[in-house]
Amino acid sequence: MTTDIPAKSPEAAAVPPPGAAPVKQPAKQGHQRLLTRRDRLTLGLMAGLPTILHVTLVWVTALASILLAFTTWDGIGFDTIKWVGFDNFKELFTNNPQFWPAVEHNVVWFVVLILIPTPLGLFLAVQLDKKIRFSRVYQTAFFLPVVLSMAVIGFVWQLVYNPDTGLINSVIGANEPGKYIDWIGDPDLNLWAVLIAASWRHTGYLMILYLAGLKGVDPALREASALDGANEWQTFKNVIFPTLRPTNTIVLVVTIIEALRAFDLVFVFNKGAEGTELLSILITNNIIGESSRIGYGSAIAVVLLVISLAVIIPYLVATFRKERRA
Amino acid sequence: MSTSTATLGKQRTPIRPARILLHLFLAGAALSWLAPLLWAMYSALRPYSETSEKGYVSWPDTLNFDNFTNAFTQSEMSHYFANTLVIAVPAVLLTLFLSSMVAFYVARFDFRLNLALLLIFTAGNLLPQQVIITPLYRLYLLIDLPGITMSGKLYDSALGLVLIHVAFQSGFCAFVLSNYMKMLPHELTEAALVDGASVWRLYWQITLPLCKPAMAALATLLSIWIYNDFFWALVLISTGENMPITSALNNLSGQYFTDPNLIAAGALITAVPVLIVYFLLQRQFVSGLTLGANKG
Repeated sequence: MTTDIPAKSPEAAAVPPPGAAPVKQPAKQGHQRLLTRRDRLTLGLMAGLPTILHVTLVWVTALASILLAFTTWDGIGFDTIKWVGFDNFKELFTNNPQFWPAVEHNVVWFVVLILIPTPLGLFLAVQLDKKIRFSRVYQTAFFLPVVLSMAVIGFVWQLVYNPDTGLINSVIGANEPGKYIDWIGDPDLNLWAVLIAASWRHTGYLMILYLAGLKGVDPALREASALDGANEWQTFKNVIFPTLRPTNTIVLVVTIIEALRAFDLVFVFNKGAEGTELLSILITNNIIGESSRIGYGSAIAVVLLVISLAVIIPYLVATFRKERRA
Repeated sequence: MSTSTATLGKQRTPIRPARILLHLFLAGAALSWLAPLLWAMYSALRPYSETSEKGYVSWPDTLNFDNFTNAFTQSEMSHYFANTLVIAVPAVLLTLFLSSMVAFYVARFDFRLNLALLLIFTAGNLLPQQVIITPLYRLYLLIDLPGITMSGKLYDSALGLVLIHVAFQSGFCAFVLSNYMKMLPHELTEAALVDGASVWRLYWQITLPLCKPAMAALATLLSIWIYNDFFWALVLISTGENMPITSALNNLSGQYFTDPNLIAAGALITAVPVLIVYFLLQRQFVSGLTLGANKG
């Protein structure tokens, strides 16, 4: 968030000093008095049209997901919609062999992203923040996967994991019949294989976020710490890391959302076959798969929606509250 | 660099070897970071006949771009690139246009609704796409647009994809732009308003030109995101012919890219446009990403 990370971009330098804030209030009242009727209409349209589009396609559909979750519907004509109460959820929680593994995999996805790319991204950012030569070249390399689509990443990593022709098996000699290690097909391995690819991409993203956060750390803090005789690690632990708190919050939210959104990579890898089921995959299979069960698919979507909102809403409320205070 | 080593050198003597070690580490890490892509490149440059005979981990006899030309022509990739262009260009422009209007409203006019409005937009953008896909898919099937789209519906049409991209991404852009506009000096708009300028003029001729840096960053970001979108087209497009390139890759890999060398070439060709944009506009991309770091 812009206000969370001070001076992380040239644009952010344009933040007016806090002293300017009180001027805003009377100015705004002045605004409203000067508006003509036509201005009000223009403003209404300017805010209204985009809102209608966004709310219709995003929030009305999210709401419809909730409603449909309590029905069965074959999608042909509205009169076939039947209210079934919590039946979809009951079946989902007790009678779907894919549901709990999917929940588990989404959780594992988050845990792995927090345990590996997060410290790694932070570590790289700290090293690259040392005013070293070629910093930009290194950054470009680490950040490169972030601009690629998950689909392309999926294909590229398939070339690494392919049992016959892939890099890993070729190098360790497991590419002969009888010795195959099936990184993509084996349910005990495939989630970890996908997660390596996901971590590969996520690290660069977090590195950039942390680099932006580190730019906001007051150099005087560092100097003071060095003068006190603290070594590099002590300075980082006691001085730098605590000031990165806003960045850490962003990283946490970004990572949770990334874990909930995970889809493309798995779909390209093996379409979410055994071992890599995810909530997003189950929902999609209920649309484009053979079994088109609208109510049931919506019930899974509601589970995903509830988890997402439980993260998004508190985060945004806190952010906006902070902004208002600022 | 020289100054920092000089000043630090007074406090701690062994600074040079540490730096060299750091460079060795970073260079090694950066190279291994690129390894999967370099491996794909290496596979794509070698003829299938050679790799199937000698194995993929082997010294090359021939290196050429045949796989790239074959992948590109056989699967008519240019057609799918054109599909992407038809979707991405209007989607990026429309997103920037609509979200800048909302941002202008939220940032410049302190009406009661604006915080709630911003919350709705931003939260909407953070939702996983799959949360809304089931009703969205049904909605797109229900909306008849005879004569307007090729399919006669919103489903399976470029228009449908443009709309969902705009609706979804405008949340993020509205958030970033409203923050940006709040930083602009108020006196500018005040003066114009006192002079009797209309609200539209205030937005179009005074505020927007000042937002150019933010708009450029967002345009870069949006182009890459929309180009990279896989999911919307996967579900909302049924005809393989109508798919944008990123989503088409999945079908093409089964139909035309029959060996790993061709798959590698096809995937790398798909990555070329974003890589060009990235290398040319890296600064824009990164500043856009950190401008609104709330993006998932």
